[in-house]
Amino acid sequence: MRIHPIISSLRHHRLTTFLLMLQIACTCAIVCNAVFLIVNRIEQVNLPSGLAENQLSVISSEDIRKDDNAEAQQAADLAVLRALPGVQSAAAIMNGSLPLNRNSSSTFVCATQEDFQKAVQDNAPGPHCVEPSEYAGTPGTFTTLGLHLVEGRQFEPDEYITESLQQADAPTVMIISRSLAQRLYPEQDAVGQSAYVNGKPMHVVGIVDHLLRPYLDKPATNYYSMLWPVSPNSADAMYILRSASQDRQQVLKAAVAALNKLNPERLIQEQKTYDQIRHTYFQRDVTMIGLLLASVSGLLFVTALGITGLASFWVQQRTKQIGIRRAIGATRGDILHYFQLENFLIVSTGIAFGLTLAVALNLTLMRYYEIPRLSWFYLPISAVVLWLLGQLAILNPALRAASVSPVTATRNV
Amino acid sequence: MFSYYLNLALRSLKRNPVLTALMVLAIGLGIGASMTMITVLHVMSGDPIPGRSAQLFYPHLDPLPSNYGNNPHAPDASADFTWVDAMALLQAHRAEHQAAMSGGALLVRPSQMDLQPFYADGRYTTPDFFSMFGMPFMSGRAWSQQEEDAKARVVVLSNDLAQKLCGGKTCIGQEVRFGDNDFRVIGITDNWNPQPQFYSDDTGDLFSDPDQFFLPLSTAVDLKLGVSGNQSSWCKNSSTDDERTSGCMTWLQVWVQLKNQEQVSAYRQFLVNYSAQQKALGRFQRPATNAKLYSLMGWLAHQNLVPTDIKLQLWLAVGFLFVCMVNIVALLLAKFLRRSSEISVRRAMGAGQRDIFIQFSIESAIIGLAGGALGLGIAELGLWSVRQRPDDYARLAQMDVSMLLSTLVLALFASVLAGMLPAWRACRVPPASLLKTQ
Repeated sequence: MRIHPIISSLRHHRLTTFLLMLQIACTCAIVCNAVFLIVNRIEQVNLPSGLAENQLSVISSEDIRKDDNAEAQQAADLAVLRALPGVQSAAAIMNGSLPLNRNSSSTFVCATQEDFQKAVQDNAPGPHCVEPSEYAGTPGTFTTLGLHLVEGRQFEPDEYITESLQQADAPTVMIISRSLAQRLYPEQDAVGQSAYVNGKPMHVVGIVDHLLRPYLDKPATNYYSMLWPVSPNSADAMYILRSASQDRQQVLKAAVAALNKLNPERLIQEQKTYDQIRHTYFQRDVTMIGLLLASVSGLLFVTALGITGLASFWVQQRTKQIGIRRAIGATRGDILHYFQLENFLIVSTGIAFGLTLAVALNLTLMRYYEIPRLSWFYLPISAVVLWLLGQLAILNPALRAASVSPVTATRNV
Repeated sequence: MFSYYLNLALRSLKRNPVLTALMVLAIGLGIGASMTMITVLHVMSGDPIPGRSAQLFYPHLDPLPSNYGNNPHAPDASADFTWVDAMALLQAHRAEHQAAMSGGALLVRPSQMDLQPFYADGRYTTPDFFSMFGMPFMSGRAWSQQEEDAKARVVVLSNDLAQKLCGGKTCIGQEVRFGDNDFRVIGITDNWNPQPQFYSDDTGDLFSDPDQFFLPLSTAVDLKLGVSGNQSSWCKNSSTDDERTSGCMTWLQVWVQLKNQEQVSAYRQFLVNYSAQQKALGRFQRPATNAKLYSLMGWLAHQNLVPTDIKLQLWLAVGFLFVCMVNIVALLLAKFLRRSSEISVRRAMGAGQRDIFIQFSIESAIIGLAGGALGLGIAELGLWSVRQRPDDYARLAQMDVSMLLSTLVLALFASVLAGMLPAWRACRVPPASLLKTQ
């Protein structure tokens, strides 16, 4: 099929053709970026936390007597929780920090003593200092969270200390995430190294593969975290329970009842499964994914509608010409292909502008919002999607055109 | 003539019912999506306290040491005041009204046996707060400056909390227990809930529930009650038993009321002078010109309350509307030009270009009105879905009359604009040329 007659025919509808191309270009640019954002958010929502998520439940309880010995109360609480049927292990964690629950506490850590001294001197963290999130808890925290050790060992019972306001009682060992280990000691084995925290050395005894932060920020730093052997000592306690997935609701209910029975002078602030924590954290992203999906489908629908509508007009307008062409020997296939090729040309031009526009849009969004750079493969994907959409939208009007009978040529319309 | 064009337009629209419906749907979707997001933005950047906002100002000092760490993710430590500076500003009395305040959450222990203790959010503040913000009282009164100075154990309750604590009986004069302390109820406020809650610390949810109680600031400091919101400290030696009353921890908000432009410029100068004086004393290290005075709306704009996602969603909706508009222009253009022969006949029979233009504009306006009506429905649906979100601003997402009208105006404007080009092309069809060919 020759392209030349198609182009000269389109020249008669310059403005309309241009508008259709403009629409396809805009759709292409927006769809490309929207799909990119959707994939990004989906990746974010599915980030593994490193925990045995579907087996964890969380209860936070505040002792409102205040004057009591928090540590003793906590030990009693834990004993009761561990004795509950279905509970495999239980622990109390410090500061209520868990991956994705937004209770973040973080400390500067430097790879070596020199780095630390330099950072203090410059009053700025150097290249070998980072600010990971810190997690800590009673013995059993590691097992209850279901962390996965890839190197080194867990904490020994005698390494645990109790939280206190005195800085002197800082722990001397810690377990860090693999991504933090690689950041601090890119060349060496991190296990056995002494990192500097608040000017004191802390031995790295183990490495876990994943441990997500309570609060996500930059993708590269999302897994910068460390675990300390420190038992909390506060009237605000957060307990984590591990049980079989199907037992979680039951375990939570039983645990709250048992805690209230043990000491009624408390407020249960939170009782939820870990799944709920993840759900709450990503709720906005899920909304955004839904909205983006809705707009992508809306845009594609409107564009398909535009293509079909215009093509229908054109077919009606050219009925007589189609009849003449049929009368002088064009087959149905010729007519069908004519419209399909015409659509392909228009859509391709639209896509060419659209892809440029997509990159420009991405650059603009990057400038004003925290959005990563568009990966190149989204461009061919959106091109293919629009080509398919165009062909699908043109099919019905083109088939109608192909069914115009040659007799039409002899009629006066 | 108008009714004739209307008739013509309706006939033409009826001839392609499917296409007409699809065009109405496209413009409805575009308008609905845009209006949903514009309404959300509108309620989030609205005036929280109309009538008073023009006279309310937020002073800003910069007491931070020059080497204070600048974490881009941490809230701005200099957005709040130290106790020393807040008290200095209050005692200087340079404004009509001035108040220092901070948020706090306290454990309320109801005297009724059947009620569990619960946490309530409230505010510790100085007495000018009530007169400056025009807080309505249901009964009782605010505390006086004497009571403030005497660290009186008095409290003003919100109507809600009073109902909860005292049931049907009057609360005034009763003692209520917050944490480990008893306070005498001296006033009950009527419903008052500016949105956003402009006067609170910007790290919290500014679109949150109203304050449940109000306590004298000096009493709260005296009893060392817990403070919510950002507290940034750079104290070298934490030997003082309460960092909060030292000059090296920011945690308070200060609002002032200024009546006219002279007072505003005078106050601005006063802030700079105060900073310079503090710098001379060695307390401040940063330039005195860092001192600023924000208007209420300026302060809200400075805090940038609209989340990124909302802005992205707005752009998405606007982009969607644009594509819908282009779509409609193309469809109308094709539709109008297909009727070239009809136009030719009308022109040959004496219709002017203007008549043709008006005729087709009316046709596109009808599509616009129908699309606008549909868009309103879609926007209501969209706002309903926004209200289901867990965010603090969600429940504010309601359409008011002005938004309702702007939706219709936007729809009409968009469709007439979309119809303009096709109508113009149509009216330029020469009178006789097309009569010949057929």
